[in-house]
Order: sequence, then C-alpha cells, then structure tokens
Amino acid sequence: MTDTMARPEGGIGARLPRKEDAELVTGEARFIDDIHAPGELWMGMVRSTMAHARITSIDTEAAASVPGVHSVLTGAQLADMGLWVAPLPCAWPVTDDMLNPPHWPVTPDVAHHVGDIVAVVLADSRYNAADAADMVVVDYEPLGVVASLEQAREDQIHAHEDLGTNKAYTWALDPDPEGTQAAFDAAAHTVSAHFVQQRLIPAPMEPRGVLAVPAPHGGELTLYSATQVPHVLRVMVAATTGLPEQTIRIIAPSVGGGFGAKLNINPDEMLAVGLANHLGLPVRWTESRSEAAASTHQGRGQLQHIELAADENGKLTAVRVKIDADMGAYMMLITPGTPLLGSFLYHGVYDTPHFGFTCDGWFTNLTPTDAYRGAGRPEASYAIERAMDLLALEVGIGPDEIRRRNYLAGGEAFENLESAAGLVFDSGHYGPSLDKAMEIVGYDDLRAEQARRRDAGETKQLGIGLCTYVEICGLAPSRALGGLKYGAGGWEHATVRILPTGKIEVVSGSTPHGQGHETTWSQIIATKMGVDPADVTVLHSDTALSPLGMDTYGSRSLAVGGVAIAMAADKVIDKARHLAAHQFEASPDDVQFENGSFSVAGTPAKSVHIQELGFAAFTAHDLPDGMEPNLSEQVTFDPTNFAFPFGTHVAVVEVDEETGQVDLIRYVAVDDCGTQVNPQIVEGQVHGGVVQGAAQALFEHAIYDENGQLTNPSLLDYLVPSAAEVPTIETDFTVTPSTSNPLGVKGVGEAGTIGSAAAVMNAVCDALSPRGIHDLEMPATPWRVRRAIEQAGGGS
Amino acid sequence: MQVSATVNGQQRSADVEPRMLLVHFLRDSLGLTGTNVGCDTSSCGACTVLVDGRSAKSCTMLAVQAEGAEITTIEGLASNGELHPMQQAFHDCHALQCGYCTPGMIMASVSLVDEYPNPTEAQIREGLEANLCRCTGYTNIVKAVQVASGGGS
Amino acid sequence: MIPAAFDYIRADSAEAALAALTDHGDDAKLLAGGHSLIPLLKLRLAAPGVIIDVGGLDDGLRGISVDGGQVRIGALTRHSELEHSDVLRESCPLLAHTASLVGDPAVRHRGTIGGSLAHADPASDLPAAVLALGGTLVARRKGGEREIAAADFFTGFLESALGPDEMLTEIRVPVSTGGWAHEKFNRRAQDWAIVGVAVAEGGRGVALVNMGSTPVRAAAVEQAIADGASPADAAASAADGTSPPTDNNGDGPYRQHLARVLTRRALEQATS
Repeated sequence: MTDTMARPEGGIGARLPRKEDAELVTGEARFIDDIHAPGELWMGMVRSTMAHARITSIDTEAAASVPGVHSVLTGAQLADMGLWVAPLPCAWPVTDDMLNPPHWPVTPDVAHHVGDIVAVVLADSRYNAADAADMVVVDYEPLGVVASLEQAREDQIHAHEDLGTNKAYTWALDPDPEGTQAAFDAAAHTVSAHFVQQRLIPAPMEPRGVLAVPAPHGGELTLYSATQVPHVLRVMVAATTGLPEQTIRIIAPSVGGGFGAKLNINPDEMLAVGLANHLGLPVRWTESRSEAAASTHQGRGQLQHIELAADENGKLTAVRVKIDADMGAYMMLITPGTPLLGSFLYHGVYDTPHFGFTCDGWFTNLTPTDAYRGAGRPEASYAIERAMDLLALEVGIGPDEIRRRNYLAGGEAFENLESAAGLVFDSGHYGPSLDKAMEIVGYDDLRAEQARRRDAGETKQLGIGLCTYVEICGLAPSRALGGLKYGAGGWEHATVRILPTGKIEVVSGSTPHGQGHETTWSQIIATKMGVDPADVTVLHSDTALSPLGMDTYGSRSLAVGGVAIAMAADKVIDKARHLAAHQFEASPDDVQFENGSFSVAGTPAKSVHIQELGFAAFTAHDLPDGMEPNLSEQVTFDPTNFAFPFGTHVAVVEVDEETGQVDLIRYVAVDDCGTQVNPQIVEGQVHGGVVQGAAQALFEHAIYDENGQLTNPSLLDYLVPSAAEVPTIETDFTVTPSTSNPLGVKGVGEAGTIGSAAAVMNAVCDALSPRGIHDLEMPATPWRVRRAIEQAGGGS
Repeated sequence: MQVSATVNGQQRSADVEPRMLLVHFLRDSLGLTGTNVGCDTSSCGACTVLVDGRSAKSCTMLAVQAEGAEITTIEGLASNGELHPMQQAFHDCHALQCGYCTPGMIMASVSLVDEYPNPTEAQIREGLEANLCRCTGYTNIVKAVQVASGGGS
Repeated sequence: MIPAAFDYIRADSAEAALAALTDHGDDAKLLAGGHSLIPLLKLRLAAPGVIIDVGGLDDGLRGISVDGGQVRIGALTRHSELEHSDVLRESCPLLAHTASLVGDPAVRHRGTIGGSLAHADPASDLPAAVLALGGTLVARRKGGEREIAAADFFTGFLESALGPDEMLTEIRVPVSTGGWAHEKFNRRAQDWAIVGVAVAEGGRGVALVNMGSTPVRAAAVEQAIADGASPADAAASAADGTSPPTDNNGDGPYRQHLARVLTRRALEQATS
C-alpha cells in the first residue's frame, strides 16, 4: 500500500482548516428550524405534568377554538387513527427476559414520566400552537411515583404498575465468581467504594426538531430531522409506521451537536410522520429548551459499587463491579445497553487476573436515559480511576505509582492483548502517556506548591488529579454486536467516484453533526489519491444521496466510516491503474502510482494523473475488455475488532475551603487516538470532551424531587459551563496506531469526556485529603464541598 | 402592529404581533435564519445580535422594541465578499464545530472587542460568560477572539 | 417560550406612560429594557393584558449627574452605562462596579437600573448596592412625585412600594468614595448570586443579596463596624436575623455561612 500513500498538501496529518466553516460563520447553514414547507402545521405537545398518573379526561374544547388551530388530538384518538403499527423501538434487548413496556408516541392512558406526551395540537404557527397546547386541560389520577434509582431498587412502588417489578433485567459478565472471591479472600489490600453517576442532560446547543413533508399526491415522504442517525431512523420509521421503507427519505440538515441526544427514535418524529402522512400536509415541531429535558433522553444515572483486591505491593488481583442503572420510564433505542458499553472497561488500563461485572437495569418514572457522550465508558473510567486513587491511599503510595505498578504490559507497548474482560485491546502504551502528562503539567512543582499551601494553612488548597483511561470505540464488529444482542450491525458504507471533469465525489454513510467529516474525508482522499482536498466533495446525511449507512455515534466515524472511504479509494485507484495500463499498453503490474499519477517505470513520457482518467472512464470509448464504465467504487467495511484509544489526563483544582468553591485552574490531556487525520480537529474534540466531563464533575446534575419533577430543566439552572468557568485545555498526544484497521486510526469524539470527570474528582479529593475527605459525590458543588468539610470537623 | 428597523443596513418593516420576539421577527418575518435560538431563558446567547452596535439577546427583546433601531445579524457581518476578521479568526482557529452557537458567539465577540479593543484572556472569558458552546470547550474560541483583536495570549 | 398575547402601548412621553398606567392599573406592566419582564412573559409566569413600553423615552429619565452630594441616575439608564460611566466611577464606584456584576454583557446593554430595582428581586445585585448606599428612589404618578428611601422600597419577594399607577423615574445615592466592595458568589459568572454582599463607606453600609425575600441590610455588621470592630468580628453577625431561601445551590445554614465569609472578605477589601 505504500505506493498509494502520497503526501499532497492537506492530506492525512495536515491541520487543514475546515470546509464546513464558511456556511456556519456566515449564518448560511440550514438547521432544522430554518427549513419550511408551504402549508406546514406546527405541533404543540401537551405533556404530562405528573410523573405517574392515569389520564381520566382531556378537555380540548378551548384549545380547538384558538385561532389558527387545525386540530387537537389525544393519545386515545391517535391510537384509534392507526398511525403506528408498533411502539417506539428498543434495538437492544440485552437479555432474553428483559422487560420492555410499550412506549407509544402519545400515551393513550397512563403517563409514566413528566413530559410524556398526552395530546398534540396542530396549528398554523408556532405561536398559535403554543397558545393552544397551553389551553388543553388534562385531569389525572395520580399513581405512585418512582422518583429515584434508590426507590426503584426498593421495588415497593412500581414505575409500570402492570409489570409488578421495577427490575428490567440483570446482565452479568462474570466468568469466574469463585476465583474472584478467592482473590478477595487472599488480598493484602482491598477497596470497596460506592459512586453515584448523576443524571445529565446532554444539551446540544441546537434543540431537536422535525419536519415531515408528504409528497402532494402520495408516494414518497421526506422527514427532515435534527438527528445523528438518518439511516437508522429510516428503518425505524418504516417499522413503526408501516410505511414502505423505499418511500421514506430522511434528511439530516445541518445538525447543531448531538452528543448522543440525537441518536434516538423519538415520539415527535413518529408523530410528524404519522400525521403528515394521514393529513397530506407538512407537519413540524421544534423543541424548546425547557421541554428538552423531558422530550429528549438523558445520560448516566447509575449507582456503582466497585471493589478492588490487591497484593501487598498494590498489584491488583481482582476487580468486582456491581452497578444499578436507571432506565427511566421506557426503553428507548439503546437504553438498556448503554451502561453495558462500559462493562468491559471497569478494570481500566490495568492488569488483573480476576474480573466480574453485574448490572441491574431499573425502571423509574423519570425521563428515559440513553447514550450521552461516552455512553457507559465515562462511568466505567470514573469508577476504576477513582478506586485506584483510593487503593493508592490504602497502600500508601502515590497515585502515579499505583498506576505504573498495574498498567497492562507493565506500561510497555503492546498489540492485540486480551483483557481480563475478554476483549482484545488493539494497541496500547500507557507508561509514556503518564510520563508526558506529568512532565507537561509540572507534577513535582505542583506537589511542592500543594505542600506549601497545606503547611501555610491557606484558604485555597491545591488538588492534583490523575486519570489514565482506556475506551472502546469504533463501533463495531457486527458479529460482536450480535453477541451482545444489539439489533443492528456495525459496518459502514462509502462510495468514492471520480467525476468526468476529474473532481471527486465521496458518499459517506456516517453522518456528521460538528465533527468535520467533509474535511477529514477529503484529507483521506487527498492522501490516498494524490489530489487537492478542495477537489473533493462529501455527500452525506440524506438517505436519497447516501442510501447505506450506520451513522455517527460511539466515536465510530473515522475508525469505520473513514476506513471504508480509504478502502473505496483503493478500489478506485486499482481500477484506474488498469485503465492507465490499457492506455499505456503496459501490464497493470508495471504501472506505478505516485502523487496522483500513474506511470510506467523507466518510461517517464507515459504518465497520466488519476483525475484525468475520469473522463475516459465516463466516455467509455476505449476501456479494457470487460471493464465497466466510470470510476466509482463502493465498500462496506465491517471491522474485525474495536479500537481502544487511551490517554492520561491531569486536572489541577483550587478549593476555597471557606466557601467550598472549586476552580479548575489547569487541565492537561495527553491522548492517543492512533493515527491522526487532522490534528486541529482532534484537539478540538479533546477540548470539548474534557469540558463536558469536567462539567459532570463540577456543574451538571438533573435534580428531581420526590414527585419526579425536574427542578432544573432550563439552562438557567442546569449549569452548562461557559468560557468563564473553565481554563484553556492543554493538549498533547502520543501516537500508537491501531491494529484494527489499515489506517491505524482509533477515535477521539468521546475520549475527553471519558478521562475528565475522574481526573477532576481525583483532584478535588486530593485537595481535601488532609481533612480525611477521600470521596465526594458529583457534582462537587460549593455547598457539597463545604458540607463535607464541616462534617470532617472543619467548620469555621 | 408595524415595526420598522434598519437590519444589516437595509430599512425593513413588517406587521407583527406585539408579543413577537425580535429573534422570530428576524428569522420568520425577514428570513434571516442565521440567528439561532438555543434556550428559552435568556441563558445561552445563541440569538445574540447587535442592536445599535452592542450585543443583545434577540430572544429577550420584542420586535416592537426594535422600532427605529439599527440591527446587525451574522448575515450582515461580511462585506464585499470578505469575511469579518472575527469570522475569519473563528475559521482559522477552529473555534467552531457544530456551528450552532457560532453566530451568537461571533456577534458577542465583535461587541466585546469593540468595548475592550485588546482584551485579556480573562476579559474574553468573562465577556463571553453568557454564550454557551457545547462542542469546543472554549479553548479555540478564546484564541480566535485574541487573534481577531490583534492581541497575544 | 412564547409570551401570551397582550396589548402594546409605546409611550412617547413619561406623562403618556403615566396616563396609560392610570387607565390600566394592575393589568398593565411597564417595559423598559425588558430583561426582568420578558423572561417572565416567555415562561408565561407573567401575562399582563397591557404592556407600556417606556424604553424609548429620554425625557430626563436617562443619564447620570452629580448634584451637590447626590448622584442622580435616570431610571432608564442602562447597566452598561453605569458600568462605564466616568462620573459614576468617581462619585460612587460601588454602584459602577455592582452594575458590572449584573447578568452578562448583553443583559447590561439592555437592562436598566430602574427596571432592576422595580422588579425587586432579592437575588439581584443592584438593589443591595442601593440599599447599602442608603439611596432614595423617586416615584412619579400622574400629577405627583414622591421619594422613597431604599430601606422602605423593597417590601417582599418581587414586591416594592411602587403603586400600580407609579413609575420609578430616578435613583439618588449619596456621593460615596469611601472604602467599598461587592462580593458576589455564584457557580457560573452569568448566574444570579447564591449570596452577595455590598459594602459602602468602609462598612457603614452593608447589604446582602439573596438572604431573604428582599435585599436586606446587615444592621448588626454596620453597628459593629461603627463600634470599631475588626472585619472578622463584625462579619460574624452578618447572617443575624436573615431567613435565606433553600434551593439547589444551598440551604439556609450554608447561605448564612457564605454571608459571614463574604462579608468578612468584602469588609477587608473595603477597609484595606
């Protein structure tokens, strides 16, 4: 393959400015709320104000009389209209006996969480829809509310009365429980820790929205949706509404961030499609921010119990984990599987002979949970990395030393190493990652400054937190997904074609929403084919242009989709080589390819650039016998293994012991995502990911009261941090190519988040350590920190 | 009722309900969809425009309050086919990913640099305190504002 | 996120606004910068039948001047004008600084001091500063005008001494160049204060933000300072008699603790 790896300007490894930016910095980009269809009707959702209640009556009369209102429809009426042939889908029944109560777009009888839709109004404007929705009067008979995971676990009140239990499933990865127990029995040191993964609201800056447009005379229906998953959505629209799949076109326009929040199959999407199809009119809806906490799934929501066993030197002998996961009120697309995405990672980057993991999934009367940036892996990384700090305290060595003693392969480079959980880690090299992070942050100087402040008894104490994470991405080998009972494959599709004028068109099955695929895919083509990246256009996010795809989530786009593009480019090059050989009257084996040009060794006069061959392939006047016209090749790539990015992060915090205020004052991230296509984009992914994880540690928490009411649904009180709350994120990298794909790439979309919550909380606990405070629940709010100090006898 | 304002240098008027928010006037009545809505509590800054040269949240103004005002939206920033230096700096510094907060962030940054011509990092961070971005972690946004204002770090 | 419908009157003079207020009484709300009212309208927590827009008026309701020992501020003066006013920075630096703490730049470009005070939110920054300064508020109604001491103005949660037919027209504070400080504690820069404290004249005026249903004067602290107590000793009584709210950011005892810490810090700044 080396002869294809030319180095044009802007190829793999270049900090190419993004192609996507021009329309975004000028306001020309079209997001969902910017797109309109003539005659469109606005949906206004009437949402349950109660967390668990039977609907006894709905009075729609006043709403129906609001000017501009087309109709007002209750769940019972909608059920009679037959808009749907199946409830909203759950694609990941993790066990054969998992409970999965039906989840209809509009509930016909019982509301199971605040925000469950009970009726919908249709009106001619967003203003009139809001007025009418406000005037629908719903009477409820309250039912018992399961308002927390703790309460769900007690199993006295049931989130779904007819199920008779809140437990949805038990899933275990526990190959040798006796061996694990024996290791604990023989351990010189043990740690037993409980951690809480609070519920988070993903909050991409663009709220969700939909616009369903039926063709005027029947036939095709186009659904515009602010979604990460147009291809998955198309399948699910067909399965849920019964519309023939080939008549459904999904378009994801410019999508303003996702972070998992936009990978679901939502009530509003099925309402829009069902009503548009039924009425023959376009139907739309744009989520309001305060509504989003109920209309879009949340993330995290776990109680974790992790136990470590170690020998006298602090060398791990067993890791045993039990988690309880909050499903919320319904199983959405991958709700049950989300916590299990972390199951294989609870031993982190460490070598342990014994490992056991069990997860119970529980229903509550709260907004459903599902994937949020990292999806299961930040939780795993948090548990093991917090626990390793506790083990360091137990053994009496530093947090760096406990890690060094336990790294897989002793911290040396490895390839294709089987982990205790039974996966094969593609590649890793953990020692240098820690070295580099400690050097950049100036670890020894920071420890000296920390000691000085402690000795001086200063108000603002310093805390330093380490985290070495590993994550699992590049989802995924289809067989592996099948083994986990996931309802789809993990392949990705790509088409690469040279147009008659020599320009290049790439069709991508992965679906960007801020990641910069148009730029990076162009760079891959530039390197592969020896062309200017400006000559490449990437088509995506429209099932009519890109019919095959598995979309973007789980840091899979580059490691699966990008690799598919590279492979399709190779196929185009190979075909072009045969065409060039035909023109040269030479054997294809004698034709070289370098910097985009084919030539015959020793005959410099015979040379043709690959882009010039587009026209010959298009006219097809003189092709080799048996060659099809055009240079257009496609690949569906199904990886044989996951990719395992890793890195070491160091957080430095200042804790004001009088007020409890925690300031994140420095953050150093040394990540390894294998080969980098665009380092500037990689850095950007790390910056944003780190801040999202740090926000879990310090700011964000969806707080429900005992009635299942969210107390902080808006951005006024759900505290997404601003520039004023975070420092510059300092990034550096090591490069350990993956063995899972020919480009050696891993993934970086979630890495920052997976490393940062643990690093920040380790720093907070490190600062408070002299007071005997070694754990604190997230987020470490000033109030919570201050209470901990007072309880530790530090009141003043 | 009738509202008339100068929007991106052009006199524009429309008949609106008094309750119509300025952002909906810009987006729905004038078709200037570059200004985005990210929240409903005046918290996120996605809808920031310039009103009489200063940053303002167009979700927290009624259209009728803009009577006679001079309004600049993201669409009015570039001139003669040249990006405004702030737009250029956001592109050069990779200060945007999904781009949804970007129009508001750029307008807030233009206003900030107008008030503080050579802002320090702290002034930039505090000046953008109410413009939320979920993608970038702000590191490159701060860098872009520094570059556009001709300042160092 | 969409306000309920209302009738809109754009006042072309203060007299016209007052006449409209008299006509519509309780059903009417004055709109100045809109940064207190419009968020409530959008969430439909307020749904007045009539909105009287005074935001476009000048009419002597805008601007900052010093008159003898008094600083006179038109009620329609925007926070950003207070923040950047050389006159105010020289004559009453506490108020200029407090204005710079309000909300965020975009809020300060539109919001007005009169709107903020009339809204009477105990979590707002400016009411406490005006209280600490011993300010006076001028209220006008059709055919008359009266002065209300800041100490008498804030009567309850989001409630003031303003009558339904009255409009706040001017805020007067004494020229105050003695030691001052305003400590605002919040989790994000743009947020309301969890607790705040404004200190004027080296501690002769001390008022607390978000420590009750109204901004409250810390009389015990003022007395202790007047008696010569150190900042630390004086601050110990900062929370005396307060009944602060409980919310996601803290309960009463935590807020009282914060009030003591922040008051000590503010007094130390104001006396250094």
